[in-house]
Amino acid sequence: MVTVFIPTMLQPITGGVKQFDCEATNLRQVIERLDQLFPGIKDKLVEDGRIKPNLAVAIDGEVARMGLLEKVGENSEVHFVPAIGGGAC
Amino acid sequence: MPGPTHVQATINGEEVNFLCEPRQSLLEVLRDVLGMTGTKEGCNDGNCGACTVLFDGRIIDSCLVLGVEIQGREVTTIEGLATADGLHPIQQAFLENAALQCGICTPGFIVAAKGLLDEEPDADEGRIRHWLAGNLCRCTGYDKIVRAVLDAGEKMK
Amino acid sequence: MVANIVLSEVEYTHIGKRPIRPDGVDKVIGRAQYGPDITLKGLLHGKVLRSPYAHARIKSIDTSQAEDYPGVKAVITAQDLPFASLSKEELGAGYQALKFASDHILAGGKVLFKGHPVAAVAAANPHVAEEAAKLIKVEYEELPPVMSVLEAMADGATLLHDDLYTSSLGETSQTASNVAAHARYEKGDVVQGFDEAAVVVEREFQTASVHQGYIEPHNGTALWSADGQLDVWCSTQGAFTVRSSLANVLRHPVSKIKVTPMEMGGGFGGKISIYLEPLAALLSKKSGQPVKLVMNRVEVFEASGPAAGSLIKVKMGATKDGKLTACQAELALDAGAYPGSPAMSAAMCAFACYDYPNGLLDAYDVVVNKPKTQAYRAPGSPQAAYAVESVVDELCEKLGIDPVEFRLRNASKEGTRRIEGPVYRRIGLVECLEAARSHNHYQTPVDVQPSGKLRGRGVASGFWFNRGFVSSCNLTLNPDGTVSVVMGSVDLCGTRASIAQQTAEALGIAYEDIKPSIADTDSIGYTFITGGSRTTFATGLATINASQDIKQRMIERAAAIWEAKVEDVEYVDAVLQHKSDSELRMTFKELAGRTLTTGGSITAQCNIDPPGEGNSFAVHIVDVEVDQETGKVDILRYTAIQDCGKAVHPSYVEGQMQGGAAQGIGWALNEEYFFNGQGQMTNSSFLDYRMPISLDLPMIDTVIVEVANPGHPYGVRGVGETPIVPPLAAIANAVYQATGVRMQSLPITPGKVLDALWSQNGS
Ligand code: FES
Ligand code: FES
Repeated sequence: MVTVFIPTMLQPITGGVKQFDCEATNLRQVIERLDQLFPGIKDKLVEDGRIKPNLAVAIDGEVARMGLLEKVGENSEVHFVPAIGGGAC
Repeated sequence: MPGPTHVQATINGEEVNFLCEPRQSLLEVLRDVLGMTGTKEGCNDGNCGACTVLFDGRIIDSCLVLGVEIQGREVTTIEGLATADGLHPIQQAFLENAALQCGICTPGFIVAAKGLLDEEPDADEGRIRHWLAGNLCRCTGYDKIVRAVLDAGEKMK
Repeated sequence: MVANIVLSEVEYTHIGKRPIRPDGVDKVIGRAQYGPDITLKGLLHGKVLRSPYAHARIKSIDTSQAEDYPGVKAVITAQDLPFASLSKEELGAGYQALKFASDHILAGGKVLFKGHPVAAVAAANPHVAEEAAKLIKVEYEELPPVMSVLEAMADGATLLHDDLYTSSLGETSQTASNVAAHARYEKGDVVQGFDEAAVVVEREFQTASVHQGYIEPHNGTALWSADGQLDVWCSTQGAFTVRSSLANVLRHPVSKIKVTPMEMGGGFGGKISIYLEPLAALLSKKSGQPVKLVMNRVEVFEASGPAAGSLIKVKMGATKDGKLTACQAELALDAGAYPGSPAMSAAMCAFACYDYPNGLLDAYDVVVNKPKTQAYRAPGSPQAAYAVESVVDELCEKLGIDPVEFRLRNASKEGTRRIEGPVYRRIGLVECLEAARSHNHYQTPVDVQPSGKLRGRGVASGFWFNRGFVSSCNLTLNPDGTVSVVMGSVDLCGTRASIAQQTAEALGIAYEDIKPSIADTDSIGYTFITGGSRTTFATGLATINASQDIKQRMIERAAAIWEAKVEDVEYVDAVLQHKSDSELRMTFKELAGRTLTTGGSITAQCNIDPPGEGNSFAVHIVDVEVDQETGKVDILRYTAIQDCGKAVHPSYVEGQMQGGAAQGIGWALNEEYFFNGQGQMTNSSFLDYRMPISLDLPMIDTVIVEVANPGHPYGVRGVGETPIVPPLAAIANAVYQATGVRMQSLPITPGKVLDALWSQNGS
């Protein structure tokens, strides 16, 4: 089972549900399953068939590189986090 | 507006003739008229030292001097330090001490350091920090620059 | 006393050594070509006319006199940007993003900060361009400027954009607002957490806008050919980012834009977005000649990216044995004129050093009438750490626990769950804290203070994510046995060296035999910016992967030459040998010399978007001296400790740590944008915006803690961001130890210190 952590700000849509387990092999399926159970949540996460630009998805702590095509493992944890850049030298 | 003036000067040991407008700074003349872009511009108002050159052996900000003012005088820029035999000891010390990151301040620091070490090769850390107070570096925190100048001083004694 | 310590776990042949950088000679003799050094046949020079007001409506622009001025070749205004002739319907959902991007380049309806570009001129020389720009007549209707997040968030505040709504993860506010975004993160139950605490500290902190302060001003040169090909030369942290940004605002295909990154005189996050490049492009298109624009220092301050000013409230609670029970913060960061402050990143960094059961974070991205803020080394993290680490220091004092010990008791480690969800992998915060505790600096008491001076010591920790992202490189085996490495990552501070070292290590050949160079956007695969502490890690991985490919192709070639089976040939220490026939043996160089007559060159390339980035933590220790007469704070001793993973070139790693610490010291003590009542910056020169000079600083001691990142074959994490995070709070904490006053607003200027000392003495 994949465990999806619902961001605080989307919990109104899920009626306060914070975690959600589902069967899925990639991120697209995860979001489809989420949307079946909590209609409307997909629109908050996806735009023009892609993860929203200000958002990133961390799968087992690793920021997804393949967008919705990113694979999820059998016991993966999925988190929605803000996208961030960086400065350095 | 008055027309361009003819200027004759010695730059890096060679006699140079050029035409320059009275309002052009020495920095502008070096970079835009003579194509010597080794001398850098960071502020154009005398507050960063990126444009440091030696003017009759003294360090100056070339953005604060007019091109016409070098008539008959001697100017040394970063391009004039290395010889056919190799790098100047200060240049070598900057490389060995990793005293440059982006490198934009480097020509100014090296020329300023030459102005010091030519006279006082045994300058200590405090003296070096004072001397280089007119040169800004945003990358290094000055640590490795000061070490490089100390190191070069050793070699120039 | 040893100034620079490297705590290594593993030794390599090239990794961890300190060779001279490949681009070094050019840079010390003045030959390296930086952005402003470029010249082209028929080059024109541009000048930008900028708004004198922080907030005003543009009523009219009359460029006719400038156009008629002798020597002027082109004049442009916002009307020349494609956005001016596109409709809302055509642009759909992307309308606002393009409007903001275009308006930032050249103001359309309103100017939103002093220095906002309004028009630009190209002429035969910079002086003529400047004279002509002054002849452009602009009529403004002044509007009240909104300068702080408090003003901007207040009810009934003047709005910068009447079409900006607050977005909170997909939800959009009903009414227009200066708050562009709000994000919330939560774990556990903070109310309960604070109930369980023996001590709770709650404070509010402010930081001013500060500039990245790179010495090289922004610059851009463009040539727009009659066939639509656009060539651009500029100083940038990412040529591909410039290309895509230009394609966006100019509505021009990426295939017709070639960006050549020049040598770069410092960026620190501030040279990612475009300013002059699109102006140069449009002026070139209009004049038919190449155009160069270079900002002066006033323009750099007034119109290029400062780091966000902030207002941050922090509340933390701990038990009497010093275990954190709850952490809460509200962070409002100013974005400048257009949305995009690092508020969310500040929130995620705020408590990143701690393992705590209950947390609540609210972050706000707020627009104000200042130049649009840009990234500055670990964007958002220094502001957040200033607030959090100051509160931690106060908790320690109240609990009577040593500040390093307290941090050790609550330190994040492998397995700690971050508030936004993910769990840390192998990280080195504990190792850094232990290195701090045992460091000679921490073990030695603060020197006795002379009369009239107060001395104190402060510590603080800091965090940055470090990143991966896309990198590309091409390797070519040359006939003389050297290897050319072409990459898309620009070199800000020794990148060529660190990439060459990793290539040499992977191939087992000499460092001097690696020839790194940086390509334009037509000549290499997409590569993300140099920044975010990603380059040594990600571009390093690309070159390591490509090196494995080169080895494989050399094995195949040797097999072909020997008429042997590929699987019978091996590559050991840069020698190709037959596994069973010891006669069949060729060195790397011998095979390289035969490539051209045995099938041609051997090359390899790699394009990657690697996982496995390793988070970085730092702990800084500082001793300060406060002059009771003048209020001036001097740095007496400074030690920066950081887990960098394996340090590829320790000298440049130390350089990053020292440079970042110096910038943090400036942020803490001197640097700030000073605005007058009209929202105009009044200290836009290096004289008045006072960055640290050599005289202000001592040597900066470093300890590189090498906790290998399991996501990189040599353990590289990245280094550049984290060093700027701890200094702000470390210094504020030291000033407290010295004076007994908590400084809750930066910079800690002599004036503020005197005020505090006087009010403390009741005089
Ligand atoms: S350019 Fe001359 S001092 Fe800055
Ligand atoms: S090395 Fe970049 S400014 Fe000194």
